Amino acid sequence: MPAAPGSCPMDSGQMEAVLRRLAGELMAQLRPGEEVVLLGIRSRGLPLAERLGAMVRQATGGPVPVGALDITLYRDDLTEMVGSPIVRPTEIPFTLKDRTVVLVDDVLFTGRTVRAALDALLDHGRPHRVLLLVLADRGGRELPIQADFAGVTLAVAAGERVAVRVSEIDGEDRVTVEAC
Amino acid sequence: MPTARYTFPHKHLLGIEPLSARDITALLDQARAFEEVCERPDIKIVPALRKKLVVNLFFENSTRTRNSFEIAEKRLSAEIINFDADTSSLNKGETLVDTALNLEAMHPDLIVMRHSAPGAHALLARHMKASIVNAGDGAHEHPTQALLDAYTLRKKLGQLQGLRVAIVGDIRNSRVVRSNLWLLTKMGAKVTLVGPPTLVPREMQATWPSVDISYDLDAVLPQQDVVMMLRAQFERGTGAYIPGQGEYSRYYQLNRERMARARKDVVVLHPGPINRGLEITSEVADGPNNLILDQVTNGVPVRMAVLYLLSHPHGEQVP
Repeated sequence: MPAAPGSCPMDSGQMEAVLRRLAGELMAQLRPGEEVVLLGIRSRGLPLAERLGAMVRQATGGPVPVGALDITLYRDDLTEMVGSPIVRPTEIPFTLKDRTVVLVDDVLFTGRTVRAALDALLDHGRPHRVLLLVLADRGGRELPIQADFAGVTLAVAAGERVAVRVSEIDGEDRVTVEAC
Repeated sequence: MPTARYTFPHKHLLGIEPLSARDITALLDQARAFEEVCERPDIKIVPALRKKLVVNLFFENSTRTRNSFEIAEKRLSAEIINFDADTSSLNKGETLVDTALNLEAMHPDLIVMRHSAPGAHALLARHMKASIVNAGDGAHEHPTQALLDAYTLRKKLGQLQGLRVAIVGDIRNSRVVRSNLWLLTKMGAKVTLVGPPTLVPREMQATWPSVDISYDLDAVLPQQDVVMMLRAQFERGTGAYIPGQGEYSRYYQLNRERMARARKDVVVLHPGPINRGLEITSEVADGPNNLILDQVTNGVPVRMAVLYLLSHPHGEQVP
């Protein structure tokens, strides 16, 4: 959908419904016997992964471990940055070997974060396959990466920003398009 | 969540003295992320310092500090050069500057240096573009030791604020003490310096007014949350200040009898290398209260955090 600055493609109730739909789509994709784990990309991918994990657990009754991935050290622009960005711990207290890993992030834009996340998670083990789930796909890719599951697809101009707010971090659930 | 975006403001780590409590907290928090890297079952390497050149410049002997830095550098994917400085052919002053200029020609990004002259690092920092990390300068500072001590304590006891810490031994000749005094007082710990009068200079209270001084280990031991034992440094002149090792051990050795006076959950630290049977008995050094090997383990993520935070160009530079 085309999204103008100031528009609000998703409010609190809508975000809940979108996450439920995404959890359903994910479960429909899983093959029998496939062991799934969710990895939320810090910051806002993590609470989204935790909510999705709870939904999938509730529906399937199976264990769905949720981990946190900080991709800072794997960024392709790290050496060019002024000032070292603070790195928070990656928390993957389970094996990724032969698991189906679902990477969860709030917004898919250039694809560079996902490229870094793939490098980061492969250092933790060799999964069976990796799927990408995002709340909002805004276009503008700079790498050949696409989402397997997207909550909403937005046509956003290059100079604008898709801001995802989640209650765990920001006190409310909301997706807005803002002028930079 | 932090309200404003914080970036580590220092180009060099010359000591703990120039750091704020916030900088220290940032370093310790950052080390937590690198501890996760060190604990990974498989690949313990991250590409954080790719394409960066680190020179290890040790003018004084060191095994654990140098190894610890080198492991930290390797885990950050840095390029490493070990510059073997021949101490006999190098004096302080001009020759150090000459060494620095020669190194500068190789365009290093970071220099990790140990030198016997206090302030050698500050001198180097004035002559080079690289970030300088102090791995020990005379009896001045040994900042990464204090940071790994703090990291070890914070991990075990939760926070540094309000901790009662006794530092015992050769206070006079110890750089570990000076860095720890800066760090612990900045972070709100209550420090008592303990040792024979000749090894505990009263003047230290002029620099660190909140610090207590005691010559009686048995008297202060029961109140402490932490006892940091120092190495009796006979190669650095401890012997000149005390009548003999036997008397030193009688009053200041941490042994089973003394431990009976301490809190059951007291934490024992030692920066190493240990003189077993002199300042500490094997029974205590290997006993349930010691975190001595945790200190060594934690040295790697702490040094990774230091190297990482110094490795980026800074907008506004603070020495």
